[in-house]
Amino acid sequence: MFHREAGNFKTTYAADMAVFPLPITRWTVLVIFLLFAVVFPAILDDYYLSIINLVLIAVVGALGLNILVGNTGQISVGHAAFMSVGAYTAANLAVRLGLPFWITLPAGGLMAALIGALVGIPSLRIKGLYLAIATLASQLIIEWVINHTPAISGGVQASIQVPRPVVFGYDVRTQGQLYFFLLFFAVIAIVGATNIVRSRIGRAFIAIRDQDIAAEIIGINIFRYKLIAFAISSFYAGVCGVLYTYYFGIANYEAFQIVVSVDYLAMIIIGGLGSVLGSILGAIFVTMLPIAIRLFVEAFGSHIWDTGALSAVAASMRLIIFGLLIIFFLVVEPEGLNRLWRNIRNYFRVWPFSY
Amino acid sequence: MWKQAGLRISLSVGLVGLLLGPAVAQNKEVLIGLQCDRTGATQNVGTVLCPAYHDYMALVNSKGGIEGYKVKVEEIDHEYKVPPAMEAHERFKKDGEVLEALYGTPQTAALNAKLAEDKILGTSPGFGTSAAADGKKFPYTFPIAASYWSQAAAAVKFAKDKLGGNLKGKKIAYLYYDNPAGTEPFPILDDLSKSEGFELRKFAVPPPGLEMAAQILDITARYRPDYIITHLFGRSPSVSIKELKGKGYPLSKVVALVWGAAEGDIVAAGGFGVAEGYNCLQFAGVGGDYAVIKEINAMYKAQGKEPPKEQENSVIYNRGVFQAAIHVEAIKNAIKAKGGAMPTGEDVKKGMEQIKGFTLGGLVPPLNITPADHEGGGWVQVWTVKGGKFQKSTEWYQGYRDVVEKNLAALTN
Repeated sequence: MFHREAGNFKTTYAADMAVFPLPITRWTVLVIFLLFAVVFPAILDDYYLSIINLVLIAVVGALGLNILVGNTGQISVGHAAFMSVGAYTAANLAVRLGLPFWITLPAGGLMAALIGALVGIPSLRIKGLYLAIATLASQLIIEWVINHTPAISGGVQASIQVPRPVVFGYDVRTQGQLYFFLLFFAVIAIVGATNIVRSRIGRAFIAIRDQDIAAEIIGINIFRYKLIAFAISSFYAGVCGVLYTYYFGIANYEAFQIVVSVDYLAMIIIGGLGSVLGSILGAIFVTMLPIAIRLFVEAFGSHIWDTGALSAVAASMRLIIFGLLIIFFLVVEPEGLNRLWRNIRNYFRVWPFSY
Repeated sequence: MWKQAGLRISLSVGLVGLLLGPAVAQNKEVLIGLQCDRTGATQNVGTVLCPAYHDYMALVNSKGGIEGYKVKVEEIDHEYKVPPAMEAHERFKKDGEVLEALYGTPQTAALNAKLAEDKILGTSPGFGTSAAADGKKFPYTFPIAASYWSQAAAAVKFAKDKLGGNLKGKKIAYLYYDNPAGTEPFPILDDLSKSEGFELRKFAVPPPGLEMAAQILDITARYRPDYIITHLFGRSPSVSIKELKGKGYPLSKVVALVWGAAEGDIVAAGGFGVAEGYNCLQFAGVGGDYAVIKEINAMYKAQGKEPPKEQENSVIYNRGVFQAAIHVEAIKNAIKAKGGAMPTGEDVKKGMEQIKGFTLGGLVPPLNITPADHEGGGWVQVWTVKGGKFQKSTEWYQGYRDVVEKNLAALTN
């Protein structure tokens, strides 16, 4: 990711497929890992960790959506609904059966995968905007079902409180503890997504995205792989929903409404479709930028306005600046932050002798 | 190397900026965290409620603060989204808040557990779950205003009084926004329907609630109820007024729960002339005829400014004042109890639980908040559209407290 490589010639397929194309990549990854696992929790207080926690949850969801939209080319605006499926599955298992998180978490993911595969069936006949409408319908149907089925949603308020997850006998409750809990799953999600894309399944996804008729002709079972794409993507969404549930201590369907689906689509479009790094950058961008803008506006605006007026200004400025920055980044590089990063890297790769 | 540089860029544009954040609360200053929605789904409320909150705190500060402590309000706009609400809470906590004003039902639900763990009191007037009235189960969540259960009970009581004191054999329609908040009063309405002997039918309006011609036609032409209780949010109350008026149903036989009649809704429905007779429950007083509102205006006048334009929407504005006043009262109790020392979140909780007989010249109901009852009794007033403005139709009252308490007890067990 961050190197100036030279003499990187590949002579075998195995070398081309390697996770770490250069030895130094290992070190980069190790440094990043140490940064997140040791340095950040040591130097940051609860507030900053809480922001990173939100990013980590968003990363899991964005990775999943990117597999479906970016890699397989199937548009889905029902991502948040799959999150709520995962959330309520885990919450019900945790509260009614008293199961621990290491059972409820995969169970939530699997249930979401099952529902996701069902919802994916229309994708066999329709594409593009039509599919978007079909998934929109699924979002509304799932919301409605959860809201109107006390057996799922736990009664009147459609929300279920879950106990804090227990790891090695300790309750995970402070932001610091939740940070490690979420980091663990985010890392697994990142490694998983990286490898799915490199695998046979991932290549089939890309073939379907680029031209599904051609993909069918070269022997890819479209039916199977489209549904696998929906299932994997929904599994990620389900896990994301379970993480939300444990993070907030409650499963509440209002936290997974259509706006959230749109937020996640924004993440992967800004970050870069079809790339793991793009999903991560997009999640960081959409989650952290509004906070950063607000802090900047507050810091500078406190000299001009009093508290009441500043609050009104900060709220509006945040929306305006955030919108402008999205447009700015997409105009500079329509393929997203991931591509922007690669352009910068490629420029410096041969710098200062660019000819 | 680009390793570090790249990481910094990609990781956070924000972290550097955070260092520039506003200074931490100084001595002799209490910090309150105010969550707000000025730009999201319910901005019509937030853009009035939050300025009112700031106005009242400015008034308190202009009079020397609370027991010598200045009030500092930190506001974060969460756009009615849940994750930013958690971020806001952590930020307030870091800066040393003693009390937090929550906003929004899903946000309140998401922060319940965290508030109890961090021992910081949060108030949620007019939203959140009715169950939060139970202080034993939700120790740090304070609805302070009538919950949807209390409101539903009060609405039935109002209908009973209007229908001659007996509901036996009468028909009541419940028109509700189809979300958890809308369905929440069901147990109360069902219980009352049995004990009072009236027939109850529920009519759901699916979100976003802008289209309800079919439901209204069903109610007015087929069901023909003696009374209608509506529980709608956002733009939908104005639609319901317009539709009911259009079908010729007398609006004097309609009573809305607390989010059903702000001045903005009446204007959107076609003005006060159209909505003549329409009734609505309120958990804070309406209009500018209160001493505290006049004091705020005097403060503005002393600064050479006009009264804030948000007061045109006095229903919501007064709720902001109501909330701020309760907060000030709780902090005052806490500081007194500590003999003038800086209160902690726990102290403020105890201070809140002592609030009794605090009415702010009639704007605030006669709340009696106790460690067991964080709702303070579930008081409401009914205000009616009459002659171009809201007029008070009842004094503060409670409806069927026994039924509400029975349902609360059933939840705890």
